[in-house]
Amino acid sequence: MDRTLLHGLNEARASRRGAVTVATERHGVQQLLLEGEIPGDALGQAAGKALRTGKASSVEIDGETLFLNAYVPPVRFVVIGAVHITQALAPMARAAGYELEIIDPRGAFATPDRFPDVTLHAEWPQDVLADDPLDAYTALAAITHDPKIDDPALIAALQADCFYIGALGSRKTHGRRVERLTEAGFDDAAIGRIDAPIGLDIGAANPAEIAVAILAQMIAAFRRRGSESAR
Amino acid sequence: MVHDSSARSHDPLTAAEDWLAGGRKVALATVIETWGSAPRPAGSHLAISEDGDFEGSVSGGCVEGAVVAEAIEVIETAEPKVLEFGVADETAWRVGLSCGGRIRVLVEPFG
Repeated sequence: MDRTLLHGLNEARASRRGAVTVATERHGVQQLLLEGEIPGDALGQAAGKALRTGKASSVEIDGETLFLNAYVPPVRFVVIGAVHITQALAPMARAAGYELEIIDPRGAFATPDRFPDVTLHAEWPQDVLADDPLDAYTALAAITHDPKIDDPALIAALQADCFYIGALGSRKTHGRRVERLTEAGFDDAAIGRIDAPIGLDIGAANPAEIAVAILAQMIAAFRRRGSESAR
Repeated sequence: MVHDSSARSHDPLTAAEDWLAGGRKVALATVIETWGSAPRPAGSHLAISEDGDFEGSVSGGCVEGAVVAEAIEVIETAEPKVLEFGVADETAWRVGLSCGGRIRVLVEPFG
């Protein structure tokens, strides 16, 4: 591997950008493909699949065996709202391999007693996210039911192109949200990226079941991102 | 913030870049294929410096010693090499994977 290629790979990883390296057994790593610049040819398709699955594999292209290694940034899972659903969601997400972090400016909700071993920010979303911006490898679930808290986070998530954006609330609540986001300048395609009502439709009947629905929807969005069946 | 700070200090690719910047020669070992119950998945890295420092893992400890020795040779010849490790009695290697798995490891120098 060329050292400038190593530097480019490390830069991509530090900036949470997906990357794929292409190697042959005879010559080692020959090529670095960065997310957003992946070509549409056979190699690019294989690289896209590697990024989606996060798995390294060998592929045969033009009679040559190529080893593709995928470098996928770790998922950041931000939940707006230190509510009952979040109490069920935190341990479930951890069991599935996703650490979540909670933002809720209401200090009575965001307490370590209610959320042991979870990263908690008892601050407004816009303040937390200004210091630690969202990105394409972030999932955001806004579940406070309070537009004052949820809306700034949803706007930040749309601007950052988060791979998953979910918002709690009935269709009626979401209708009013759509009006507010339209007024804020977002078009239908952007607003359509918000999954609302939040969660896979499994008929969830209590906070823990809603947590299951949210977690499953977030995982589906992550594993299918960039593929045609994404949504 | 919570994600990378502790992992980063034990990151083989970061270590490799640091060693290169310090003027040392470095090789990178990468698991390119696994069979059975291999301890580390394909894509796992072990970085090795010419003086035998290493960071990362290709097998969770079973074969790292042998990989480090081979890597120092790869640094000298500047030619990539593929190593294969399996159950001890199935290979010419004196080290093996006690778990019964088999792995192939690509060792390449940094240019």
